[in-house]
Amino acid sequence: MTPDLMEQGAQRLAANTASGGREAGFGRVAVPGQVDTTHGRILYLEDVSVSFDGFKAINKLSLDIAPGELRCIIGPNGAGKTTMMDIITGKTRPDSGTVFFGSTIDLLRHKEADIAQLGIGRKFQKPTVFEQLSVFENLELALKTHKGVKHSMFFRLDSAQQDRLLDVLHTIHLAGSAARRAGDLSHGQKQWLEIGMLLMQDPKLLLLDEPVAGMTDEETARTAELFLSLKGRHSLMVVEHDMGFIRTISEIVTVLCDGAVLAQGTLDQVQADERVIEVYLGR
Amino acid sequence: MSHPILPPKAPLLTRKGWGAFFAALIAVCALAPVLNLWVPEGSALHLSDYGVALVGKIMCYAIVALAMDLIWGYTGILSLGHGVFFALGGYVMGMYLMRQIGRDGNYKSDLPDFMVFLDWKTLPWHWALSDSFIATLVLVVAVPGVVAFVFGYFAFRSRIKGVYFSIITQAMTFAAMLLFFRNETGFGGNNGFTDFKRILGLPIATQGMRMTLFALTGCTLLGFFLFARWLVASKFGRVLQAIRDAETRVMFCGYNPLPYKLTIWVISAVMCGVAGALYVPQVGIINPGEMSTAASIEMAVWTAVGGRATLVGPILGAFLVNGAKSWLTVAAPEFWLYFLGALFIAVTLFLPDGVVGLWRRLARRKPTPVAAPLRESVAREAGQARSAPAVPAAQVTEAAR
Repeated sequence: MTPDLMEQGAQRLAANTASGGREAGFGRVAVPGQVDTTHGRILYLEDVSVSFDGFKAINKLSLDIAPGELRCIIGPNGAGKTTMMDIITGKTRPDSGTVFFGSTIDLLRHKEADIAQLGIGRKFQKPTVFEQLSVFENLELALKTHKGVKHSMFFRLDSAQQDRLLDVLHTIHLAGSAARRAGDLSHGQKQWLEIGMLLMQDPKLLLLDEPVAGMTDEETARTAELFLSLKGRHSLMVVEHDMGFIRTISEIVTVLCDGAVLAQGTLDQVQADERVIEVYLGR
Repeated sequence: MSHPILPPKAPLLTRKGWGAFFAALIAVCALAPVLNLWVPEGSALHLSDYGVALVGKIMCYAIVALAMDLIWGYTGILSLGHGVFFALGGYVMGMYLMRQIGRDGNYKSDLPDFMVFLDWKTLPWHWALSDSFIATLVLVVAVPGVVAFVFGYFAFRSRIKGVYFSIITQAMTFAAMLLFFRNETGFGGNNGFTDFKRILGLPIATQGMRMTLFALTGCTLLGFFLFARWLVASKFGRVLQAIRDAETRVMFCGYNPLPYKLTIWVISAVMCGVAGALYVPQVGIINPGEMSTAASIEMAVWTAVGGRATLVGPILGAFLVNGAKSWLTVAAPEFWLYFLGALFIAVTLFLPDGVVGLWRRLARRKPTPVAAPLRESVAREAGQARSAPAVPAAQVTEAAR
């Protein structure tokens, strides 16, 4: 390992962990279900590959995300962005590679629902809310709590949970529509409701697939504001095509192409990258 | 509730709902017995024995329709094999009733007649508990429940959904029918069980016993209705609806759909089993015909005609379709199946929400005086939201729209 890489690593640890990474060296007991981020990484993918009918959707992809980081992912259609999220959330099993949540949780050993309960929330490309239920009920279902059958049968919101629900309703600007059917909301509002459902889950890591698609400029601006306020407390991975939006929120941008990382850096750096211009931005 | 924004928790039934509920309870437990037993036969108010038998039978079907609504209407899983669970409950009860015949059968033997006819000397092992009424009650619940659990566990774990699931349930009911048709299975083959004489030692064919079974069926139906209301009004019920509308989203919210589907599937099957057990002593026969594919499809038709995901609808649907059936099969027997097919197509095309949906649509079209203050309060609410500083005006107008 070259000195400059070591230097970079030390900087990352200093920036992303409370103890500057010093805790990492101590022997600790791994608590089941608890995310260990003392090594400065909340999500870690290494050499992940998956192919569908011979088509390599993901090809030796390696990527990591720090606690509290807001990472933007861009790339042409078919670059494997959504497939990558499918792998992280347990929807797709990779053919090879490792995917870790923190340093101790092997995500490939868990199912979708477990992964969600561990603290990874996901917003789909097409807004997916429960259309027949009200906005309020949508949020209530997403609330972080026991999700077993018996618990659901006798569940009642306590006042702390009500407050939390109200908070989120205000955050996503749907306080006036709590009793409305989710199916009657506008496209942008559905996007927000879905983001609200993520917030109710209180995940440590949020995966957001094209969160501002179909939003008005004003809505987009407010979403950017929301994401920036989430940064630090949560880690976010945002897949977007809207460059203006990315410019507002991004620190580091990762460019995916053909199922692997093509370039990584600040938006200006990647925009100046010849290869990125070639495959994605266009001349 | 302390928060004006959050909608209050809906009551189990509205005032009007409770009114109708108790009216129905009085009708089956008091009114019907009086009209049948004490009003003289010539009177216009007299409820005939035929009427009691017919309504009693239809109430059993209504329980099945209610069970179908839970699994199909609320969870989006169309079962075309609920006839199996209905018949299993019926067969368990039938076995008990066969044992109650004792030595009064044609062959004057301890064994049921069909076994003597087959030249069997002892009871098969699976008849071991059939002389105990308590065991019968337990098995009425347990047999359909266990069969549903095993079938459902493997089907849902393999994530079989939609039309594939429906086809598999059809195959299941057909296979079960073939199995029960065999004499060697020990359930009387294609004749099934009939010629019952007693239940709990009391003669079964009396007017009083018929009325008792009728009232019991009515109370069971109403009890199941309340239970179903409670289920769908709980968060459990909302998770079921969420599974129906967007199952992947449910998973990514941290719910494992398998136990939810399995629970409602087993509950639904058990309800059918209980309905079958109430049906057999009233109708006096159970045979593998109850497991025919058409019988299970008919159950889906009752639910669709009444209106899915309404609970009241399927009960109405069971009464409407079976009322029409008992009339048509007398008036023009050859047309019944055509009518059933046409009804299913018509409901699918023109009444996706069934009779209840139609009624709601009509009720909405002519505004009642109650609607006006409601609209005002909505407008007031929107006004309040507008005055809230955190919410920009553009958002509110959109929300108000």
